[in-house]
Amino acid sequence: MRSGSHQLFSTLNTMSENAASQGRVRIGIDVGGTFTDVALETSDGRLETSKVPTTPRAPEQGVLTGIRLAVDQAGISGDEVRSVIHGTTLATNALIERKGARTALVCTRGFRDTLRLAYENRYDQYDIWLNKPEPLVPRHLTWPVAERIDVTGTPLEELDEAGVLEIAGRIRDEKIESVAIGLLHAYANPRHEERVRDLLLRECPGVSITLSSQVCPEVREYERLTTTVCNAYVRPLMARYLKALGDDLARAGICGPLLLMTSGGSICSLETAVSFPIRLVESGPSAGAVLAARVAARRGDARVLSYDMGGTTAKVCLIDDARPQTARIFEIARAARFMKGSGMTVRLPVIEMIEIGAGGGSVAGIDSLGRIEVGPRSAGSEPGPSCYARGGSDATVTDADLVLGRLEATSFAGGTMPLDTQAAAKSIRRTIADLLSMDVMTGALGISEVVDENMASAAQVHAVERGKILRQCTMIAFGGAGPLHACRMAEKLGIRQVVIPDHPGVGSAVGMLRAPVAFEIVRSRYMTLATFDAAVVANLFSAMADEASTIVRQGAGNVPLVEHRSCFMRYLGQGHEIEVPVSGGNIGGDERDLLQAAYDHEYARQYARNVPGMDVEILGWKLVVMAPMPDDPETVMTARSDEGAGSPRRLLVDPATGQMVDVPVLSRESLAPGAVFEGPCVITEGQTTTVVTASFHGRIDCNGYIVLEAREATPS
Amino acid sequence: MTDALERIHLQIMWDRLISVVEEQAQTLMRAAFSPIVRECGDISAGIFDLEGRMMAQAVTGTPGHINTMANSVRHLIRHFPPGEARPGDLWVTNDPWIGAGHLNDFVLVKPCFLDGEVIGLNACTSHLADIGGRSFGPEAADVHEEGMYIPPLRLIESGEINSTLMSLLRANSRVPVQNEGDLYALIACCEVGEERLADMMREFSLASLGGLSDHIIDTSREATRERLRSWPSGSWSNEMMVDGYEFEIRIAAHLTISDGSLTIDFTGSSPASRYGINCPLTYSEAYTVFGLKCVIAPDIPNNAGALEPFRVTAPEGSIMNATKPAPVVMRHIVGQLLPDAALGCLHRARPGSVPAEGTSVLWDLSLRGGFGIYHSSGQTRFALEMVHNGGTGARPSSDGLDATAFPSGVIGTQVELAESVAPLIVWRRELRPDSGGAGRHRGGHGQIIEVGSAENATLQIAAAFDRVTFPARGRDGGSNGACGTVRLSSGRHLNGKGEQDIPPDETLRIETPGGGGYGDPAARDPGLIAADLKSGLVTPAAARRDYGYRHGTASN
Repeated sequence: MRSGSHQLFSTLNTMSENAASQGRVRIGIDVGGTFTDVALETSDGRLETSKVPTTPRAPEQGVLTGIRLAVDQAGISGDEVRSVIHGTTLATNALIERKGARTALVCTRGFRDTLRLAYENRYDQYDIWLNKPEPLVPRHLTWPVAERIDVTGTPLEELDEAGVLEIAGRIRDEKIESVAIGLLHAYANPRHEERVRDLLLRECPGVSITLSSQVCPEVREYERLTTTVCNAYVRPLMARYLKALGDDLARAGICGPLLLMTSGGSICSLETAVSFPIRLVESGPSAGAVLAARVAARRGDARVLSYDMGGTTAKVCLIDDARPQTARIFEIARAARFMKGSGMTVRLPVIEMIEIGAGGGSVAGIDSLGRIEVGPRSAGSEPGPSCYARGGSDATVTDADLVLGRLEATSFAGGTMPLDTQAAAKSIRRTIADLLSMDVMTGALGISEVVDENMASAAQVHAVERGKILRQCTMIAFGGAGPLHACRMAEKLGIRQVVIPDHPGVGSAVGMLRAPVAFEIVRSRYMTLATFDAAVVANLFSAMADEASTIVRQGAGNVPLVEHRSCFMRYLGQGHEIEVPVSGGNIGGDERDLLQAAYDHEYARQYARNVPGMDVEILGWKLVVMAPMPDDPETVMTARSDEGAGSPRRLLVDPATGQMVDVPVLSRESLAPGAVFEGPCVITEGQTTTVVTASFHGRIDCNGYIVLEAREATPS
Repeated sequence: MTDALERIHLQIMWDRLISVVEEQAQTLMRAAFSPIVRECGDISAGIFDLEGRMMAQAVTGTPGHINTMANSVRHLIRHFPPGEARPGDLWVTNDPWIGAGHLNDFVLVKPCFLDGEVIGLNACTSHLADIGGRSFGPEAADVHEEGMYIPPLRLIESGEINSTLMSLLRANSRVPVQNEGDLYALIACCEVGEERLADMMREFSLASLGGLSDHIIDTSREATRERLRSWPSGSWSNEMMVDGYEFEIRIAAHLTISDGSLTIDFTGSSPASRYGINCPLTYSEAYTVFGLKCVIAPDIPNNAGALEPFRVTAPEGSIMNATKPAPVVMRHIVGQLLPDAALGCLHRARPGSVPAEGTSVLWDLSLRGGFGIYHSSGQTRFALEMVHNGGTGARPSSDGLDATAFPSGVIGTQVELAESVAPLIVWRRELRPDSGGAGRHRGGHGQIIEVGSAENATLQIAAAFDRVTFPARGRDGGSNGACGTVRLSSGRHLNGKGEQDIPPDETLRIETPGGGGYGDPAARDPGLIAADLKSGLVTPAAARRDYGYRHGTASN
């Protein structure tokens, strides 16, 4: 793999040099589970989009089809493309389906079961029958080696090199493709890990190697090791795929370099993606949050709830001052009902969002208490909801939306896919209404109220967990089903303003065009403020800055870079650290007081009070190096004249009374900036429908966004 | 509004209440100081109607809080009738017999107001790090030696904080700043609950909680009774011996299921201990009902209705119903074993319905250095609780879980973090081969932990381990799990309970117990035996001895 990827890099580097002087066109591609979305932006700000079926066996085929379609629509040629920004679920899927490389783990002697011991807990308090996910590397391929480094990075026991050579023999015998090396406290001193790597590469040239001290140089061995192992597990597969895609693009005459969307909301070079493919997971949802952040920046919304509802799940993200909330830990492949703790924990930069098993395809049923339950099981796209008439008989959220008049049978998916209202009603009658002795309409309303309540409740608990007040937020809604449910969610959360950006159906692909090239590094180096050592910190940051800048330059070229520094601090003995931004660039000299002040300020901001007299401990240091954000294009309005009066009408449910009321149907492309309208009404466009409830009225703002505002008195 | 639509609204409001208590719990966890709260979720939060009936409760890490709270509020409203409450009042107690079984757990209850009328109550519980007393180990002679005792009092009166009480609480703790922080976190939790409850009632135009409360409680009670009716009627008994402190403890359980209700009585069990491993009845009830509910009705939300069909009794003065002033600080050592005793009865009622016995008791390494006579020796002063576990019991159709907490739901400690905050070196932490009891389904394995001082100093351990003498038993022909061991590197055994020293030149070696096996080992799938051999978690010698297995060879 090493020799292969070397060739790949040199080819692409040449390409990027060629491209720099040429095209202005940028393409974002989001490969999802069902559809591959493409957004192409021309130099004059025109946006062309396409949606084609994902080709799971060879995703690059779907990508090429989608690009060709968009390029043709835009009437441009391949050599005008400046860059292709790609987000893919391939790494995530490999982890969920366990289709990665044959991987081994080298660990410190005495710690063979770190992956299996995990947190020693059960993810569901009341479930005594559950099984935990098996580690990606089985115990017989987990090989301890004698060595030990302490918390300060000092070796207590030297590395047993003979033991490493023995492991090299096993790597050959067991036909291992990829090796994760995860030694205790390697974040404090990577010397032993690096020596193991050098010895193994000498003995087994061509094997893929991942070091914990590079992928995740942070304290907490379980989280560092799972991250390392996940990276090792997907690395050969991702290297092959990215190489194939790069070759295919070159053959198709697309000249710009391939850049990759990461879970952290930034884009990275192909070289970085091949080294750290684990950073590519959840790139689609993170691109959606990037889009919402850019919409927020453009409108000047300080506090935002981003709400992205698709076919299988809904994603909710908090965005303050146009910056999505970030985290450094999340779970992939949650096994059970999206429950916290049932997946694989990885520690890396991520846009923090919660994912709820609530989408258009979520299936409704009755629980043991006679209550309606919705999801997390999804009917997917095959066979799909009953109304797709493809053999599905489950009652889903989409079926309920159809029965309630929120969707129109003839105009779904741009009119390409007629829906069967009778089939929807029949499934709701059979699986819900008859069992609860109610009519179909009330059953459908029950389904949609329950799913909306689930989403609202998850969003509310998440906001409280993060110390945010949702009532003060603007909601930015997108995704295929987001605009359908946005107003009702907002009513439940007390949110008074809802924004639907343009092209909401392909939000993630558009978001990829708005993401900056950036790289984030976090390193653990424990100290308390009382034992603060400025020289150590200065050295740490300087090494991190060198590493991150090199990586960002690969993707961004020679542009001015911006650095953001912060550290993770907590009161001595507290369980959870907070991120404290450090202003002024450098921490150094006698700046302990500065840190104390920054911590006091941030702690008070998050928790409303300080605890005087408590020492503060610092667990880690973070540095982000960022290239400038791509410019937002000027909006190009393609709207025809304002219509409104004389528009067609249809029946839509009023959730408060359960009655159907006659409402106007507006076409989004006929609404120009400045157009105003009153709820209740529906606004249709190619890939989705916006439902405006009676408690909202709306307008089109100067950006072309739909802006819905709550009326003064909010009805219940 | 139609009747059908009304039913949907009741469901939505019920869901909303569950969301409100989750928000309360998050508020508390976010602002709390005690590491055990933040890392382990050792808290609870709930909403109650004016009769003190629990309507909803957050699902958090510790059964010991989950069900005691339902009793706490009923006690407190006898002291403080809600009708006489004023807006901005808030009550507190840490009485182990009213609250959650020991003085560290503080229960706060707040009457909730809507437009000037009291409409309900909310409550929360959290573990405070230190409330004075002996603090380390179960050696106190009575509850008064275990720390400061707060009877039901007003912590806040009409919005005015009781500064006398706060001063006393600060003065009686070794970590006054942390304690105060935790108390403010509890107060914030109650305030969030009151505000969100009022929001919900306004949104749905409710003037009182009565109708909703009846709906939630009746639905949950009837559903639970329905589950119980699907069990055979009759009485079954079970006995289990556990290590205890100064004497071995007999846990005798007698369970009766009849017409949709279940009673369990602990007559015949050992008397209270002179050490702090005794349980107030409310705590015994909490763990026992938690264990039963996991088998009988795990999916029914926790509230007064879901708990009503269960009744737990024990003779006064027994270790399950120790009376004041018995010492109770480490009551979880006995409490966490009660689900095993109760489930043993259910096994007799319906074989194949419950797992084998597991480790059940947490194996917390409560370590400290630089205290007492070592205070001026120059060594770092620290106290650290490393939370670890043994294996769980095998299930009727699957193996037990390796080194996993049950019935507790706490989170295990990471070695690197422990070494960051305390002068310790952990030399080993990995699974303990052959410790899970053999069976058609094997018990979960325990783990081996070796830990010593990083600065060549004496360490102290407050041992609070069980299943060192008596193992977790197998069921239906399954073998017992391995007993735990507590030793020094010299080979010298330490006691399973009590405060002891680890000399500077020695390390502590802990082997946590394995879970019991389920069913005849001869019936185990040879593929599973081969997999265990391949992983090295069962040795070839044990495979031959326990399973008569001769084909496989270990991979290393």
